[in-house]
Amino acid sequence: MGQFLEPLQYEFMQRALIAVVMVGVISGVIGCYVVVRGMSFFGDALSHSVLPGVAISYITTGGAVGVNLFFGGLIAGVIAAVGIGWLTRRERLKEDTAIGIVFVAMYALGIAIISHDSRAYGRDLVHILFGNVLGIQGDDLLIMAACGVIVLLGTLLLYKEFQIISFDTNLARTLRLPAEALRLTLLAFIAVTIIASLRVVGIALMLAMLIVPAASAQMIAKRLHHMMRISAALGVIGGVIGLLLSYHLDIAAGPSIVLAMTVIFAAIFSTRRAYLRLRPAPR
Amino acid sequence: MQTHAAAPAPALYVEDVSAGYPDDRRAISGIQFEVQRGERVAVLGPNGAGKSTLFKAIAGVIPFTSGQVSLMGRDCRSSHDLIGYVPQVNLVDWSFPATVGDVVMMGRARRIGWLRWPGRDDRDAVRHALDQVGMLKHIDRRIGALSGGQKQRVFIARALAQAADVLLLDEPFNGVDVTTIEEILATLDRLREDGVTVLVATHDIELALSEFDKLLLLKRTVIAYGTPVEVYTPEHLKAAYGSRVSIMHADDHMLITVDDHGCC
Repeated sequence: MGQFLEPLQYEFMQRALIAVVMVGVISGVIGCYVVVRGMSFFGDALSHSVLPGVAISYITTGGAVGVNLFFGGLIAGVIAAVGIGWLTRRERLKEDTAIGIVFVAMYALGIAIISHDSRAYGRDLVHILFGNVLGIQGDDLLIMAACGVIVLLGTLLLYKEFQIISFDTNLARTLRLPAEALRLTLLAFIAVTIIASLRVVGIALMLAMLIVPAASAQMIAKRLHHMMRISAALGVIGGVIGLLLSYHLDIAAGPSIVLAMTVIFAAIFSTRRAYLRLRPAPR
Repeated sequence: MQTHAAAPAPALYVEDVSAGYPDDRRAISGIQFEVQRGERVAVLGPNGAGKSTLFKAIAGVIPFTSGQVSLMGRDCRSSHDLIGYVPQVNLVDWSFPATVGDVVMMGRARRIGWLRWPGRDDRDAVRHALDQVGMLKHIDRRIGALSGGQKQRVFIARALAQAADVLLLDEPFNGVDVTTIEEILATLDRLREDGVTVLVATHDIELALSEFDKLLLLKRTVIAYGTPVEVYTPEHLKAAYGSRVSIMHADDHMLITVDDHGCC
């Protein structure tokens, strides 16, 4: 065990650990809404859509990471979310079609921008797509913490409203809740979560952070806030184990974290199936 | 049953309401009727007659393009939360992680207020509402684990926790067995004692005739509204269902059958 934890003596691993814990909690909590609302495809699209914003800040600052990158990504994410919402208004387009069109266009735009800078195209694109948790600096941690506070506080304060618009939009309208504004707020929180997780797992692996811990938790929990707590815990456990394994196995941290989470999911899934098969039939 | 010194305002007054997109065959127009407190009304009509559209417009789920709805004499624009809408069971995602108590608590959201969590009063209201529909002992069960009739009763309890005076039940008898129908009807009987007004959209004409005070026959507008005897006539049924109605005269009584199940 001591040997397993040994890499934590390095400062870059300590920063990585803090980042992984924060991201595990935030994406674990907000991912529950992505799962119960059946928004996996939207979540994937939103992750990829932040690329042009990230790319522009990357190029203009000459590869320096900082606040710009987060705001650039956030703006691109909001543009994508609003664009998808606008295309699907009054059923002009089916939602998955609109998501597909906006998502790939934004993604292509981002890659096009990065490809203009051959240095960035060669090296940095890999970090943007698959994460670079070992390169995280103190500033990154501050921005992640700020994102985390916004999302968790917002989720705490709007819990019952988000629960209603996710379970039964008819009730939201009957109660005269501003359903559309609440939905957009939730989408903004998902975008902020994606931005916070960008440095850890990257754009291409983001969806796993949002849905794998939440989907694992849904099999265990019978109430939404229980699901959120379990999901956050699983996000942290999977993140930490994945980070340490990446060091020992000498593989990239992003994919390692995703694979660790997937193993946890598989374990819960098969245990639950075995339990359901073995327990006495209900009378 | 009840005696009133002065004529009270009707529990629900729908005045010249139109709703839905004009090109939609489910759009409704010129709807006008009133329901007294505690009355039980069955809303009948062929598929696509606009039963769901009518309910959604009254509940404020969709806007109405003209007309107005008032509850106990008050304009509905400010008081939609006095109406409880129970959607068709197959339109709800039952894998959602929520207990029976959680679902009923959702009805309290407006009363709890923004940025706040439920308090003791709200928990009491949830328990009381579940008790009214005979579901209190299931309060901690997962909503998806219930039977069809139990789910309906939980949604009715949610409307009661919301303090709704008027309940709109959209097709509660669709695809459920006889026991479930009896279960729902028994719940509605109990609500009648509490003065709750209930409108039920249904395809089951026999049930409508035997268990309801009034019938509303709908086909994009009100074809007929009144007691079962007033509404259930060959003329009205022909107007609503067209050629799907067949009338046989046998000796001194008349047998009306409506083929309402064949779609399109």
